[in-house]
Amino acid sequence: MKIKNIFTYCFISSLFLFSLICIWKILVTLQGIELTNFNFNKLFIFGIILCAINLLIGKKLNLNIKIILLALLFSIFDYFISTNLPIWYSFGIFLISLFFFNNIKDYDKNFLSKNHSSQKLFFNFLTLFGIILFSFVILFPFYMMLVTSFKTQALLLLNPLDFSINFAQGLPELFKSYFIVFKDYNFGRYMLTSTIVSLGTVIITLIFAIPAAYAVARLNFFGKNFLSTSILIIYLFPAIVLVIPLYTIFSQLGLRNSIEGLLIVYTATTLPVAIYMLQGYFKSIPKELEEAGIIDGQNWLGIIFKIILPLSLPAISSVALYVFMIAWNEFLFSLMFLDRPNTFTLSRAIQFLNVGAETPRQYLMAGSVVVTLPILIIFVYFEKYLVSGLTAGSVKG
Amino acid sequence: MSSKLAKIEKRTAYLLILPSVLLVFSIILFPIFSNIWISFKNVELKDLRIPEPRAKKLVKSINDNPNQIKVIYKLRNSSLTQEITNVKFKDKYPDDIEPISLNNKCQFKSNLLKCELGNWPKKYRENLEIVFQNINNKEISKKELKSYKPKLSGKSQNILLTYEFTLNNFKKVIKDKAFIDLLSTTFYYTFFGTIGAIVFGILAAQMVNQKFFGRTFMRSVLLFPYVAPVVALAYTWELLLDPTSGTLNNLLINYQIIDRPINLLGQKYVTLNILGFDFKLRLALTTVIIFEIWRYFPLAFLFILARLQAVPKELYEAADVDGANPIQKFLNITLPQILAVISILFMIRFIWNFNKFEDIFLLTGGASGTRTLPINVYQQGFSIGDIGMGSAVSIVIVVFLLIFMFIYFKLLGKRADEN
Repeated sequence: MKIKNIFTYCFISSLFLFSLICIWKILVTLQGIELTNFNFNKLFIFGIILCAINLLIGKKLNLNIKIILLALLFSIFDYFISTNLPIWYSFGIFLISLFFFNNIKDYDKNFLSKNHSSQKLFFNFLTLFGIILFSFVILFPFYMMLVTSFKTQALLLLNPLDFSINFAQGLPELFKSYFIVFKDYNFGRYMLTSTIVSLGTVIITLIFAIPAAYAVARLNFFGKNFLSTSILIIYLFPAIVLVIPLYTIFSQLGLRNSIEGLLIVYTATTLPVAIYMLQGYFKSIPKELEEAGIIDGQNWLGIIFKIILPLSLPAISSVALYVFMIAWNEFLFSLMFLDRPNTFTLSRAIQFLNVGAETPRQYLMAGSVVVTLPILIIFVYFEKYLVSGLTAGSVKG
Repeated sequence: MSSKLAKIEKRTAYLLILPSVLLVFSIILFPIFSNIWISFKNVELKDLRIPEPRAKKLVKSINDNPNQIKVIYKLRNSSLTQEITNVKFKDKYPDDIEPISLNNKCQFKSNLLKCELGNWPKKYRENLEIVFQNINNKEISKKELKSYKPKLSGKSQNILLTYEFTLNNFKKVIKDKAFIDLLSTTFYYTFFGTIGAIVFGILAAQMVNQKFFGRTFMRSVLLFPYVAPVVALAYTWELLLDPTSGTLNNLLINYQIIDRPINLLGQKYVTLNILGFDFKLRLALTTVIIFEIWRYFPLAFLFILARLQAVPKELYEAADVDGANPIQKFLNITLPQILAVISILFMIRFIWNFNKFEDIFLLTGGASGTRTLPINVYQQGFSIGDIGMGSAVSIVIVVFLLIFMFIYFKLLGKRADEN
């Protein structure tokens, strides 16, 4: 057995344990509890000692007893070096160390004498730590958005690190920002506009795209190849190069500040990707089915409605969800085309809130939750369809 | 027979694609081409308002004579920059009322007052005064007179449709001292944003490709930043990074990692001392890039994960037999397998990051050294109000875009050949 391996094992393991404890401590701080020191030196050295003990005990003891014993030792040590912390903090430390020692319980002298054991160890820990860190970094802004919307201005300024939710104050008080956002800032109306625009875009896009995609996928006509390559090229043109001409044209035609104008632009910008995604799917439907339809005396319309559509419902749903997402999240065109508050979409309204007179941040965050929540719910619920839509249409972003 | 069928097929095909083609042409292709037209013109935001002849009607009674009344029309050209030609005026009057005197521009026929007012230069103002009387010597109701609104019409040149062109916009774009800075900022942002998103995408995909509890949940969570609306996320980050009451700064101060708050979105440079060398980091730009990576790595992750799941397990088993270590396995098996996806991903993300507008606009508005080309389009066109300049910058973007697309399709074609 190599001394070097033992040393790296202890070092990496203890570092990993310490990182987990750090994340836990940050979370605890964010619950408004005063905690100003990570205690790096003490915890790190004690972690190394415990890892070495773990190695020494090996499989001489029942593994479960070993884990609990080591975790308890670590929690008690942490309890003594930190002061004035609630009991649930120490319980969290205990659970984390339990998780940690459970992960290293199998490592003994034999494992460490194998080839590449330290690299394997390192990558195992890196994966675990990565999962925890990634979840933390991704979820934290969403969590912050939600909690800020439950607070009052005074509380936010008093302790910017307090992200606990005080359920004791009662629901009406908790959701106060939402009541104000809907009542005084007219978010109900914006939500309705956003819904109408997004659903309208989905419906119109599908009405235009399904026949076109069918033609590109199935029928022979002059200029077909040219058309299918142009779809992709057009799709890569960004909104920012369209915005000035469209602004000039729309303001002269009086289409600005109207939902119709927005619908036209959204439909046109999502059409290429919708056609691109649908034609790919239509091509995968066996031709024989259509031939059977022709023999039955169906015309093209009949074939599309009675054969193609029922078969490609999954593809159509993913296109619909993807287009809905684009339209719901769209910001640039709504910024350019909408100046009057009575035509605002949700995104534009939130930007207006932020730019306008000092809007308290809890209202801003309540508005953000209102715009984010529907799309996340749809995403989680229809994940399968939306993910395939994202993959197919991900040339755009 | 078959040729007839082919003809029907062709006609149906054109019928089916026509609506889409028309819509896409008018909303996407036509604007791209009109960008070229506008960029050669000297147009400002205020020129977009079509000049209108306007009239305000005032009705005044004449002393001691209720049978007569004076009507004053305050006429003006609404535009401060353009003239209106051939202005025509029309107003209706109740029965029994006639003008006492009329100038030669106007006519009164069957209760209608019609005037030919000729050409109005810019900012033009004129008062038209006419005295009316009731033929039956009855009192004239002011209210009734006021209830009719005059109608005016006139022709004006639409500045967008004239044939006057200028090269000034492009000269200004290229001669601008900040142009090089603008380009370098754009490329810096695009390049590091793309690379970062791909690197984190690979890390995340490697992670999720392993078996652990809650893996499907993890996959959804990783996609959250990509599906959530950018407005909400940008403002949340702004609060998070706020120097005085932001969470991040307070956290760092709380743990004594820094002693003064850092204005991550408002400070252009920060001097770092690494190994005795001072070097300047563009702080706000870096923060914006980190946001960009955070928001778009899910996409790279999704692609790479799909590819990773298709890598045959036997390859790894063989490597285990050969005694390869994890790094060797990654470098020699995983990386070659995902290289194709990465190169395509790189091109697509590069193109899209190059054109990214919303993220920077919402986070910094282009301040403190984060002005990229798309931000410049907005600022020139709408903050400064010089539509022509904005269009010229758009053209610069389109030119770069075409170059990138050329490379991208070359790459795509090469891949297709290889398969």
